[in-house]
Amino acid sequence: MSDAVMHGHEHHDHHPTGWKRWLFTTNHKDIGTLYLTLALVMFFVGGAMAMVIRLELMHPGLQYVDPQFFNSMATLHALVMIFGVVMPGTVGFANWLIPMMIGAPDMALPRLNNWSFWILPFAFSLLLLTLFLPGGGPAGGWTLYPPLMLQTGAAMPFVIFAIHFMGASSIMGSINIIATIFNMRAPGMTFMRLPLFVWTWLITSFLLIATIPVLAGAVTMLLTDKYFGTSFFNAAGGGDPVLFQHVFWFFGHPEVYILILPSFGIVSQILPTFSRKPLFGYESMVYATASIAFLSFFVWAHHKFTVGMPLAGELFFMYATMSIAVPTGVKVFNWIATMWRGSLTFETPMLFAIAFVVLFTIGGFSGLMLGITPADFQYHDTYFVVAHFHYVLVTGAVFGMLGGVYYWLPKWTGHMYDETLGKWHFWLSAISVNVLFFPQHFLGLAGMPRRIPDYALQFAEWNFISSIGGFVFGLSQLLFLYIIVKCIRAGAKASDQVWDGAHGLEWTLPSPPPYHSFVSPPMVTDATAHS
Amino acid sequence: MSTSSSGYYLPEPSHWPITGSIGLFSVFAGAAMWLNQVGVGPMVLGFGLAVFIYMLFGWFGTVIRESEGGIFNRQVDVSFRWGMFWFIFSEVMFFAGFFGALFYARVLSVPWLGGAGGELSTHEFLWPAFSPSWPMNVIPKPEDFTVYKEVIPAWGVPAVNTIILLSSGGTVTLAHWALKKNQRRALCWWLFATLTLGFLFVGIQASEYAHAYEELGLTLNSGIYGTTFFMLTGFHGLHVTIGATMLTVIWARALSGHFKPDHHFGFEAVAWYWHFVDVVWLGLFVFVYWL
Ligand code: HEM
Ligand SMILES: [Cu+2]
Repeated sequence: MSDAVMHGHEHHDHHPTGWKRWLFTTNHKDIGTLYLTLALVMFFVGGAMAMVIRLELMHPGLQYVDPQFFNSMATLHALVMIFGVVMPGTVGFANWLIPMMIGAPDMALPRLNNWSFWILPFAFSLLLLTLFLPGGGPAGGWTLYPPLMLQTGAAMPFVIFAIHFMGASSIMGSINIIATIFNMRAPGMTFMRLPLFVWTWLITSFLLIATIPVLAGAVTMLLTDKYFGTSFFNAAGGGDPVLFQHVFWFFGHPEVYILILPSFGIVSQILPTFSRKPLFGYESMVYATASIAFLSFFVWAHHKFTVGMPLAGELFFMYATMSIAVPTGVKVFNWIATMWRGSLTFETPMLFAIAFVVLFTIGGFSGLMLGITPADFQYHDTYFVVAHFHYVLVTGAVFGMLGGVYYWLPKWTGHMYDETLGKWHFWLSAISVNVLFFPQHFLGLAGMPRRIPDYALQFAEWNFISSIGGFVFGLSQLLFLYIIVKCIRAGAKASDQVWDGAHGLEWTLPSPPPYHSFVSPPMVTDATAHS
Repeated sequence: MSTSSSGYYLPEPSHWPITGSIGLFSVFAGAAMWLNQVGVGPMVLGFGLAVFIYMLFGWFGTVIRESEGGIFNRQVDVSFRWGMFWFIFSEVMFFAGFFGALFYARVLSVPWLGGAGGELSTHEFLWPAFSPSWPMNVIPKPEDFTVYKEVIPAWGVPAVNTIILLSSGGTVTLAHWALKKNQRRALCWWLFATLTLGFLFVGIQASEYAHAYEELGLTLNSGIYGTTFFMLTGFHGLHVTIGATMLTVIWARALSGHFKPDHHFGFEAVAWYWHFVDVVWLGLFVFVYWL
């Protein structure tokens, strides 16, 4: 019998060392670490681009960069943050946590897992090297709308292939996660005992597998329109540029839930721990997540109310969009009810989780405003939209991930992070992010269009304030980097339980956990199940 | 050790994934350079393909050796099944995107270009002479495109191809039954019949393409009809080619004694894929050729 088969006790965690360990690894923790590291690196790459954007917008007029470069910064910032930070970051959480949470030794398909990760550095090389090509990087916006996108220079095929490549990674990663959750659960770990983080990832994986191929199709159509004479988006040949918007947003709206659902899961783990109470309404949380995902397939056209659709379409997509507010409301209600009368303490993960609930909800409300068709005619393509999606993405998805890092870092590394610095990081981020994005609501309502490097004079004050917030937010994230490094190298020893109120299988393992999480499956009962 | 409670299967570290990434990276970079008319593009692309194919042989070879070595337990088998199932689902969604484009053009945007709906003035201002129909004469601005004389009628060669592909779905099922009854000779012959039908289909499609390009003037550049026609049938043809290649691999494996009546996921995965290709074709036949 080959040693590839593991029996209950013969613990084998010998593995190659040095760079070979990371390149060839089939271990979920190694791969999780790789994903999280990539996400952190890209966070600073995308962040640097955001700094360029805010620098140029600090004052009216053109001062630092030319408009083409500004637009390619806006385009690449979005692509990097979405595909390079939030998606790989949340997959990193999934890799580290799902096997530990369901009582498995590893992911179901470990070699595929390695491949899903090791595609990404190559894909991002393709994407970022476009900055050095003649004609510069892509500048048509992350939504890649034709006909503008078709004017991209040499960068065009590189961008499109990078998206294909990243998509392949996402699909393989999702297949792995679904197979793991379906097939690797410990005895007694029934579906209704899964920690909510696992549930949100199960549903996210489904969204990814269903929509990433459609994005692949959409960008393939762009490619053939540009290079092979097809006329998908060319009205002169009988096609229609609006078709692209439909296909893209069929992917695009579920994509925004792909970005947020894992953070929903993280917050649903953190809040009960620091409230010392079980999650309120576990089952309704599961059903709400599933309905959000289901509905997300029927609202895509709220991104293009102004493009010219039949009235029936405008109305259908408006009502469908409104209806998502119902399950979203259920979730927010349950989070608050979880904290209600709990014995709350405010460690850094909890601070991020509470900020998430408040600020994500603000983003949800601005989303509702945008979802009202006639109102959106006013707001569309203004900074109001920018404010909306940064509330849901930065103070939503990213805050959820930051909270998650503080929450599980002691488990992952075996060391405590510096709580004082963590709190500094939180307060600096939470205040500056509002200085950064809240004024953008006003700018948008006053009519400032998005995606331009210059603006009319009446927008100057709020832009200046927003930029100051942006620089502070950017700098605060360097503190985060320092906290992580310090935790890994010099943090105090963490206990296995780490947080006294934490429930779930991952806390039954040592900190840091053994190389293969559970070599023999634990028995799960109601008492040991979810938090 | 066949249940999950007595032992998990965990593969050793592997260099195949990173090899595959290097291959695919070169494929993409090479293709992108080629499209930008950079001389080395085709060479980089070729190198990437070679590496990728080497990876496929190496990686699948490893998995096949492990499988035939009997080290996969039931749990691994089920993981593979879920993996293949969701992979095929992703492929279905890929085709759904292109079918969506076809329906959108036929039902909405082409009629709008012809003035339907009333509120849109594109028709009036840009191409007032354009009158929509499907599939003929649908190019609003014919000067820019290859105008075609005719399209390929459903009830000729495509109908024959339908019969070929549907019967190949039958023969692969016969092969499966034979495998389950451990009738090795029948297994190999039915598999051989299936892959022959598969390649026959590809050959016929290729000659139809030649006919369309050379005699009918129907090309990728023939407006939205040519676009949807060739993109949908082209991606399908690519999938048939991949499927027939996979059939060839499992045929060779069957000849050398692989697969057991109760342990043959590799076979089933290919069979599932083949049925998927079959079903997509039915959709194509109805919506691209016939209606
Ligand atoms: C609470 C439910 C939500 C509603 C009703 C909603 C509604 C909308 C609407 C109507 C737009 C289009 C605005 C326009 O372009 O005129 C929009 C844009 C956007 N939303 Fe939301 N949204 C919601 C939640 C979210 C979430 C959770 C995320 C991501 C985590 C998100 C991310 C985005 C993004 C990225 C855009 C802008 C895309 C672009 O044009 O670049 N939204 N939202
Ligand atoms: Cu949306």
